Amino acid sequence: MALHQVKIFNGFERFWHWTQMALIFILLFSGAGIHGFHHWVSFENLVYTHVLAAIGLMVLWVFAIFWHLTTGSWRHYLPTTNGLLRVARYYAWDIFKGEDHPYRKHFWRKHNPLQALSYLGLKLFVFPLLWLSGLAYLLYGLWSNGPFTNSALEWVAWTHTAGAFVMAAFIIIHVYLLTTGHSFVEHVRPMITGYDEVDLSPEEEAYLRKDEPGRIKD
Amino acid sequence: MLHTAKGWPRPDPRYWGSLFLPLILVLAPGHAAEEAKTPVARPLPSIEGKVELGISEYKETSNPRPVDKSVTSLDQSRGSKSTTDHAKLKELQGPFKSGPEVTKACLKCHNKAGDQFIHNKHWTWSYRNPVTGQQLGKRYLVNNFCTNAAGNEGMCAQCHAGYGLKDSRTYDFSNQENIDCLVCHESTGTYYKLPPTRGNKACAVLFEGKPAIDLTRVAQSVALPGRNNCGACHFYGGGGDNVKHGDLSSVLFHPPRDVDVHMSEQGENFSCVICHVGEGHQWAGSRYNMLAEDKQGTGKPGSPRRTATCESCHGNQPHPLGLKGIKLNDHTDRVACETCHIPSFARGGVATKVDWDWRTAGRLKNGEGYREEGYIQGNGEPRHTYKSIKGSFKYGENVKPLYRWFNGVARYTLVSTHFDPTRPVEINHLEGSPDDPDSRIWPFKRMHTVQPYDKGNNTLVYMHLWGDDKDAFWGNYDFARAIRHGMKDFDLPYSGEYGFIDTYSYWPINHMVAPKEKALACRECHARQGRLARLSGFYMPGRDSNHWVDLIGLLLVLGTLGGVLFHAFIRILFRARRTH
Repeated sequence: MALHQVKIFNGFERFWHWTQMALIFILLFSGAGIHGFHHWVSFENLVYTHVLAAIGLMVLWVFAIFWHLTTGSWRHYLPTTNGLLRVARYYAWDIFKGEDHPYRKHFWRKHNPLQALSYLGLKLFVFPLLWLSGLAYLLYGLWSNGPFTNSALEWVAWTHTAGAFVMAAFIIIHVYLLTTGHSFVEHVRPMITGYDEVDLSPEEEAYLRKDEPGRIKD
Repeated sequence: MLHTAKGWPRPDPRYWGSLFLPLILVLAPGHAAEEAKTPVARPLPSIEGKVELGISEYKETSNPRPVDKSVTSLDQSRGSKSTTDHAKLKELQGPFKSGPEVTKACLKCHNKAGDQFIHNKHWTWSYRNPVTGQQLGKRYLVNNFCTNAAGNEGMCAQCHAGYGLKDSRTYDFSNQENIDCLVCHESTGTYYKLPPTRGNKACAVLFEGKPAIDLTRVAQSVALPGRNNCGACHFYGGGGDNVKHGDLSSVLFHPPRDVDVHMSEQGENFSCVICHVGEGHQWAGSRYNMLAEDKQGTGKPGSPRRTATCESCHGNQPHPLGLKGIKLNDHTDRVACETCHIPSFARGGVATKVDWDWRTAGRLKNGEGYREEGYIQGNGEPRHTYKSIKGSFKYGENVKPLYRWFNGVARYTLVSTHFDPTRPVEINHLEGSPDDPDSRIWPFKRMHTVQPYDKGNNTLVYMHLWGDDKDAFWGNYDFARAIRHGMKDFDLPYSGEYGFIDTYSYWPINHMVAPKEKALACRECHARQGRLARLSGFYMPGRDSNHWVDLIGLLLVLGTLGGVLFHAFIRILFRARRTH
């Protein structure tokens, strides 16, 4: 095993990540306005912005899901207990002692176990919660005059709001964790350039050198 | 045409700055204080030193010339396409000695019009609501303005589309010759109607200084009703300009585009009958039985519909397709068009009465009834805030409507209805709820009145207001006699003891549709303290939220923020210790 600079985030993945980031920020901002937390923009413009951003994110997600499934990248999010405790202990204790992060990225494991678990939770629970309630909200016109509309709309709205709060909390932790380890810049750079330090097995290295030489830098 | 005398006592500058204001304060101490919105700026010329008789508030009800024709920008030449020039008909060459003679001439050719008309509300003053089964109509109802036409036909029937209705109990409602064709069809603007009987001395002024009507000229001018015909009564309901409806005032004779986009000459120049369509002298658009949601919309192409709804022209999905249009169209099944498109009523400078207190009626000055003008409306004209014959009034202009879920059914408190006197009485209780798919949010004018009722039986009462006798309130100022007489006329039980009760009536707001750029912004309702703040039972984004979701959510976000800051702080602390 040896550390190499390997391209682990390809163009689509980076585009997905940053577009998603921008759209989620727009959604959080406009959603907070619609909810009444701020009045900086007119209600109609907030609604239209929210709807457009939501549609944009949905389209992006269709591509992202397709990409995950076809490239096998979904495997990065498989939960594992292997090393989970060590990572957790690092954030809870070792980080204060100035120790290095215990996790080295692997070619088929670019997230540490805790990271993978939280992303998985996000993708399996928070996002679907937001999407389902959001779609129900978006398609309100189709069920706006049913016998259970008023009580259902209430639950849709509450679910959507609750999802948004969890999303905001996730973003705070996500951004904060970029400051751990070596430096903020080193954490962000891979998502811009695509390259990060990865622990390659000899077989993986041989494969990359032969079949995908562009993905390995040194 | 409710002409009143031209010879009003003119405002006399000598009296300006007189003791008028203190006088108001003495006469109505509570009233002047409540009337915070009323401009008190200039002392009003009024009754100082002399008594001003008369009951009517309006000086001129006919349309300022030129008289409106039923021409719209949709059909510029409609008027000229008529196949008959009535001025050339030999039957209409006159001379006519009376209105009924003209009617006889009309019915000679229009031989089905008479039978059609005598079944119409404008004639019968009677309507049985098919949903509630209630007997409605001016002959029966008690309202919270002048309270009852029944028994007061001698005054009120000046807006009956017939001749000689002095007493609805004895009037021959089958006599077609008493139909007044001219009041709706003449187009010269010179025709008018007077109260059928003269009433008490206090009301004599109504009959003064009226020019004679040239019936031949008037008869030859007949056409489709213009807004001067409809407006002469409907703009002045309740005893004055815009008193009753709030959205029907003399402003609509020549409204600016901002006031009414349909009726304005800068807009579509609609006359009333462009929307209030009908055939055979039956028209659409009565508030007695409303279509709260028109699900049919424009109907099939080329087939005009006999409804007066917005949807019958604009359809159910009126907003142009697009992100905005789709969202707005989402609203139409739950929100009436009027709710967003009539941002306020009593626009254009003419105020509407919003509050009436009968308790103060009957004060006298030098033994005579009098009036006070204490409100200057937007167009500069003064309005009466007190009349001995009616009591005290408050006015509103550019009023934000009251919003209610409404399914088109209004249940009336009739004169026979017993009610609970500890609560305000709803003259017309509006039915509807957010859980009822046929209900939509509608705008209303709410009229508040304190009016007499039968304290023993807990019912509303008929008052005998008009008449040249000792009991008529308008002239004698005695509630006890007026109520006893009014109830006895119709063989209604009366305990003999009257009190005063708070009443509300609700007037659907349908007119004065603003141009689209003046429609309500979303935030007017989608806000915590917006226009719909008081409507409950449904979730509305921007207005509602779940307290617990918000609380726990905010705690989660703030807790997370605090957590990472704490984590960062400890990291910095430990790093500092390590470097030492």
